[in-house]
Amino acid sequence: MALVAIAVVRIRNLFAVIMLTGIYSLLAASLFVMLDAVDVALTEAAVGAGIMIILMLATLALTTSEEKVRITRQNLLALVVVVITGGALIYGTLDMPQVGDPQAPAHIHLAPHFTQRSVEEIGIPNMVTSVLASYRGLDTLGEAVVVLTAAVAVLLVIGSGRARQRKRRWEKPSRRERRS
Amino acid sequence: MKHHIVLRIITKIMIPLIVIYALYIQFHGEYSPGGGFQAGVIFSAGFIIFSLIFGLDVAQDAIPPEVARFLAAFGVLLYIGIGLACIALGGQFLEYKVLLANDQAGETLGIIGIELGVGITVAAVALTLFYAFAGREQQ
Repeated sequence: MALVAIAVVRIRNLFAVIMLTGIYSLLAASLFVMLDAVDVALTEAAVGAGIMIILMLATLALTTSEEKVRITRQNLLALVVVVITGGALIYGTLDMPQVGDPQAPAHIHLAPHFTQRSVEEIGIPNMVTSVLASYRGLDTLGEAVVVLTAAVAVLLVIGSGRARQRKRRWEKPSRRERRS
Repeated sequence: MKHHIVLRIITKIMIPLIVIYALYIQFHGEYSPGGGFQAGVIFSAGFIIFSLIFGLDVAQDAIPPEVARFLAAFGVLLYIGIGLACIALGGQFLEYKVLLANDQAGETLGIIGIELGVGITVAAVALTLFYAFAGREQQ
């Protein structure tokens, strides 16, 4: 994964970068499978390796496939900020519990209730779904609204492409007419 | 890409399978990994493949952009509507167990309903985004 990430940063051909991003997503999905987070892996594979690639390729078709390289002066302050931020993040991970530690706070607070009671409270076997849709239903509603907002924003910024569609239908005979 | 006969035949076989798999993930989400979000994405991926191979015109004949936009809003409204129905039946917002006499059955019904709403929204939004980009491309 690290190799792919470095390649994504270094390569200037955007078509190759998009393909590598898809590979990165697929690797991340396999990592989630290894961590037994199958639902997350499914989402990552479908969104990261599927839809996102298609949308980025569609964007690429609107622009060029070669990144414009701009030679700028090396900014020392930026390097310092990045190093400090990275150091702080790594320092923060030192406090995190070991992977699979049964005494981790995430495992002793609400998780026992979800794992032990959700089947009898909700009546469905997949507890990820019951947490997502029932215990945390409001969060999922927010997620759906965010997705809708994304569509509204895209429509506002680049338009729906419907007007041109109408015009082209005027010019060309429709599919059924052509067939007859 | 209509003239690529191999692509055309293979996609003709693949697309029904992709869509059925999306529906399986949608409605089997209570028993196996998955749910509305993943199902919506997979469904729209199948449909986008269709429109890549057979052309944007044919795809927009099947699902017009207006319908996609309507469905995107409809999914969220379905979700909120279920939440409000819970209030109307004397519970709290999104407290599904008041929907039916049996607590578990009510919860399950509510979950299936909101997952359907999420699935419709996600599929329609992905299609809308694709239409927006692809429609510009042919300018």
